[in-house]
Amino acid sequence: MLSGAEMVIRSLQDEGVEYIYGYPGGSVLHIYDALFQQDKVKHVLVRHEQAATHMADAYARASGKPGVVLVTSGPGATNAVTGIATAYMDSIPMVVISGQVMSHLIGEDAFQETDILGVSRPVVKHNFAIKNPKDIAETIKKAFYVASSGRPGPVVVDIPKDMTTPTDKFEYSYPEQIEMRSYNPATRGHSGQIKKAVDMLVAAKRPVILLGGGTVGGRACDEAAALARELNTPVSTTLMGLGGFPASDRQWLGMPGMHGSYEANMALHHADLILSLGARFDDRVTNSTEKFCPTARVIHVDIDPSSISKTIAADVPIVGPTKSVVTEMLGLLGKNKARPDADALASWWNQIDQWRERHGGHYETNDNGLLKPQQVIEAVHKVTNGEAYVCSDVGQHQMFAAQYYKFDKPNRWINSGGLGTMGFGFPAAMGVKLHYPDAEVVCVTGEGSFQMNLQEFSTCSQYGLPVKIICINNGSLGMVRQWQDMNYESRHSQSYMQSLPDFEKLAEAYGHEAITVTHESELMPALEKAFAMKDKLVFLDIHVDAAEHVYPMQVPKASMRDMWLNKTERT
Amino acid sequence: MRHIIAVLMENEAGALSRVVGLFSQRNFNIETLNVAPTEDPTLSRLTVTTTGSDRVIEQITKQLNKLIEVVKLVDLTDGDHIEREMMLIKLKAAGQHRDEIKRTVDIFRGQIVDVTSSVYTVQLAGDQGKLDAFINAIGETYVLETVRTGVSGIARGEKVLSI
Repeated sequence: MLSGAEMVIRSLQDEGVEYIYGYPGGSVLHIYDALFQQDKVKHVLVRHEQAATHMADAYARASGKPGVVLVTSGPGATNAVTGIATAYMDSIPMVVISGQVMSHLIGEDAFQETDILGVSRPVVKHNFAIKNPKDIAETIKKAFYVASSGRPGPVVVDIPKDMTTPTDKFEYSYPEQIEMRSYNPATRGHSGQIKKAVDMLVAAKRPVILLGGGTVGGRACDEAAALARELNTPVSTTLMGLGGFPASDRQWLGMPGMHGSYEANMALHHADLILSLGARFDDRVTNSTEKFCPTARVIHVDIDPSSISKTIAADVPIVGPTKSVVTEMLGLLGKNKARPDADALASWWNQIDQWRERHGGHYETNDNGLLKPQQVIEAVHKVTNGEAYVCSDVGQHQMFAAQYYKFDKPNRWINSGGLGTMGFGFPAAMGVKLHYPDAEVVCVTGEGSFQMNLQEFSTCSQYGLPVKIICINNGSLGMVRQWQDMNYESRHSQSYMQSLPDFEKLAEAYGHEAITVTHESELMPALEKAFAMKDKLVFLDIHVDAAEHVYPMQVPKASMRDMWLNKTERT
Repeated sequence: MRHIIAVLMENEAGALSRVVGLFSQRNFNIETLNVAPTEDPTLSRLTVTTTGSDRVIEQITKQLNKLIEVVKLVDLTDGDHIEREMMLIKLKAAGQHRDEIKRTVDIFRGQIVDVTSSVYTVQLAGDQGKLDAFINAIGETYVLETVRTGVSGIARGEKVLSI
């Protein structure tokens, strides 16, 4: 016989949860007391609930297992909302357990009461309220099942305090399996559609594979790469798909979209066939949907039917997990020996190589030693041998990291792609480091983003999380400033970060190391020194050229091929 | 184009708010909405009428299906169907118009369900067009109050929406 509070913790144990991230408060005191009396589930005390959600989220991105968060009612739960929304937009499995005021007080504006079911509804895959302590185990099982199956996403379980009263004991059993008549995600694609898709791939003369977060999250990267190699098809990986196909492979074109590579955007624009594997044709990828890839037919593979033909009409929709769909495609290609026309593909590759020559990620360096942000990312890549987990914040530095840290492995690039949450990177890096203590974990951030969650310096001290923070400091909100330069005649409205702290002293105050870099010549020695300090969190405050812009940049409301290549040159 | 979408969903607290929230969140239009439990008390049936291009309607049905508590749905306007809406309408019925209003109610096959010396309360069922036509025929000056249930619908013939 267990109390509701004990059942919450026992359910997490039975689910195999090792770490939860959270912050105690009145409504979850019974649960925290049950947590105290066991040692299987370990708890990480953050300094702000948003950070708990990002830690759980990043753990899920790196490991593929759902992250778990425990917060109290009211402000505890509302502070978690940004992190829940971040996970929702990027389809990350997460279970958030929120305390609630006692059942009889709900609706009476009780102390620390918020309708978190209502508040979170638009940004969760589903949420549950516990109405009877007997339902706790089954509901938590359902929450894990819903969060991690089909198109993954965050699930909130709201538990009123009186459901967890220590003296009220109930029978406990954790279900092994859950069946829900109203929820049956697709487990495989339609064979007829898959065959049609393979025929189109074989017949295509200018094909491109668009590999998205669904391939990375769906653990289908090996299959996708095998398909690309079998057919010699160029591959573009979206922001969420980076690492899904090795960047060092000749068949990789780079990222598509607003800050995509010249060759990826040109190839997509001129393609006759796009095979989208778990990408959702987000507005930052397509530019104008009316002008999107005028000659391309689209095969759209996605686990979520509502992603298909939402923004770009699919000629061949395939609803199913990328892994099983691509495996089936490979099976058909094993039997069917037809392959794409070699001459047509050779001339397509020839064209792509010419596009590669044209831009190829080129940027100008300064001759006075003032660093360009791109140089910093390339140096970090060098020092970490391209093997690090790179957790990014949001802004120019995010795009530079996406463009210049050439990921060869999936699940190493961890960023808030959909919601664009500043403050994500640092707690994300902490979440990854906790689970992969031997891996290099880097947070690429800016002085703007970093200040949105810098309180977590304290959590890092408490748990000994020696992440390396690469703060690309340009003294301004770089992406905002870039848009103001390009669209508002350089009126830098509120994009200047005045009164920056002394980051060295700040890091040191929490017991961490810090190094400031102001000249190109200091960069490599500083990075080498930082990464040699295996047991220390090192904050690198790296001053860079504030005038630098991210390029290529697509011209708004135009087609994929319309880009600024630098400040003066346009396609 | 106008569509009538019938939805079977778990009869649970909060399920309706997910449907309504979805429509406002995704900028879909709701013209009418009604909901009630079915013969199986664990299920509710909801009927929503909405308008939009084919692309929007496709998104509406897909997004509704994605809600965890939605068990099954059908766009009734894809096939032959019957639609009905019920209206209770309170009409000024005094003096010389009293007979004329009674005659009009009969023509529309409505029923007078409550009477005072100056007011008729009429119950009328039909498709939306019939209810609109009745109000037109009576003339707005005689209408004191209306309440309409919103459209409910069912497919013609053998087809059933059940689990």
